[in-house]
Amino acid sequence: MSINPEQLRYSKEHEWLSAPEGGVATVGITSHAADALGDVVFVQLPEVGATVSAGETCGELESTKSVSDLYSPVSGEVTEINQDVVDDPSLVNSAPFEGGWLFKVRESAESADLLTAAEYDAFIAG
Amino acid sequence: MSESPSQPSGAPRRTALDALHRALGATMTDFAGWDMPLRYASEREEHQAVRTRAGLFDLSHMGEIAVTGPQAGALLDHALVGHLSALAVGRARYTMICAADGGILDDLIVYRLGDQEFMIVANASNAQVVLDAVTERATGFDAAVRDDRDAYALLAVQGPESPGILKSLTDADLDGLKYYAGLPGTVAGVPALIARTGYTGEDGFELFVAPADAERLWQALTEAGAAAGLVPCGLSCRDTLRLEAGMPLYGHELTTALTPFDAGLGRVVKFDKPGEFVGREALGAAAEKAAATPPRKLVGLVAQGRRVPRAGYPVTDASGAVIGEVTSGAPSPTLGVPIAMAYVDAAHAAPGTAGVAVDIRGAQEPHEVVALPFYKRER
Repeated sequence: MSINPEQLRYSKEHEWLSAPEGGVATVGITSHAADALGDVVFVQLPEVGATVSAGETCGELESTKSVSDLYSPVSGEVTEINQDVVDDPSLVNSAPFEGGWLFKVRESAESADLLTAAEYDAFIAG
Repeated sequence: MSESPSQPSGAPRRTALDALHRALGATMTDFAGWDMPLRYASEREEHQAVRTRAGLFDLSHMGEIAVTGPQAGALLDHALVGHLSALAVGRARYTMICAADGGILDDLIVYRLGDQEFMIVANASNAQVVLDAVTERATGFDAAVRDDRDAYALLAVQGPESPGILKSLTDADLDGLKYYAGLPGTVAGVPALIARTGYTGEDGFELFVAPADAERLWQALTEAGAAAGLVPCGLSCRDTLRLEAGMPLYGHELTTALTPFDAGLGRVVKFDKPGEFVGREALGAAAEKAAATPPRKLVGLVAQGRRVPRAGYPVTDASGAVIGEVTSGAPSPTLGVPIAMAYVDAAHAAPGTAGVAVDIRGAQEPHEVVALPFYKRER
């Protein structure tokens, strides 16, 4: 059984995107990505009001061993960031699909080339 | 971790404990041609376990080389920079092997197991280089050099609870075993060379055993340490533990381009030992140069922000000019902030020097210059 929730869509950079509610979708990184990073100690997120573009970097994640770029899986305006995860980055490891969400975006365009959960399963099984 | 594994390409080697690591759910990583545990769960929790309780490591990738015979000590005096013939039986010494030009080939621990018997422990990435160099340098000495890499598995128990845990499994006189000493004994029924050494900044032991005994010893230590909070630990926390303790890592703080004097470790070079040794002339010049015109100095950096300085990032002064380079960096679990070791120009190496920053991916992030180590255990 997949650990990647069925209702989310996924980027090849290992971000997930929720189905939009009122035009606003939530972004996070997958548990596969969090496991690969190890303990996340710092997240740098885009600011509320900033414009992000699908496939472009919008922040970074620092872990013990490395730093990784955060890519936005969607284009739009950032409406909210998860202050809990800024204060306690370990949420990315402990609850990547829930309490460890990163930011919310008002989508300006439909994101076309994201993967379904099944497609992402196959992608990471690679 | 070491950036230049010298192992030929092909399938990574597996230690005698490989099946056990996989059963424990370890994340494995290729390290110098070996498939090694990077972490079992949270590397920060493993780090804290070693600082406050105890951790159990598989270090079987380390390279053991035996040197035996009537002139074993004289050979080591010639081949290495230290005065090993003066080492007492049962003691160990941190030393280095250098090229003729003074460049560091590897840093080593040498144990004297008997009057005519020594064991060199080399870094996995350099073990072949060290074996080849010592073998070549043995010409004319009445001594034998033996590749013992496959003869040993190496387990380490590190942390303040480690003496108590080990005592419950051995009759060996651990209280009489000083830091940097080793004695043969039996642990959990397994014949072992018990050494009070480590690479974590904590009290601890390294146990050299036959590979066939490794799993039995691991299980016994796991059971004996359970009540004290011992956990299995991977190479990721080993790296943050040694970084906090200010200990150099070959490929980062030590390279063939640096002499021991460049690395601030000139004390390991013993010019007054008997006989000639490889690198003497170049090292003599390096010592004079270091005294006259101080080279870049290895310092500690503590980040003022939360972004992490990583190996290879430039260090800059207030004007943005490059004054050095980070050699190792990580978020410090003990200090709670990012830390690094870096070589910086002597003019900027004093603790508290103003205006020092690390160029972290294009942004100058302020850092405080501090003396090493970042962490020293209370004794």
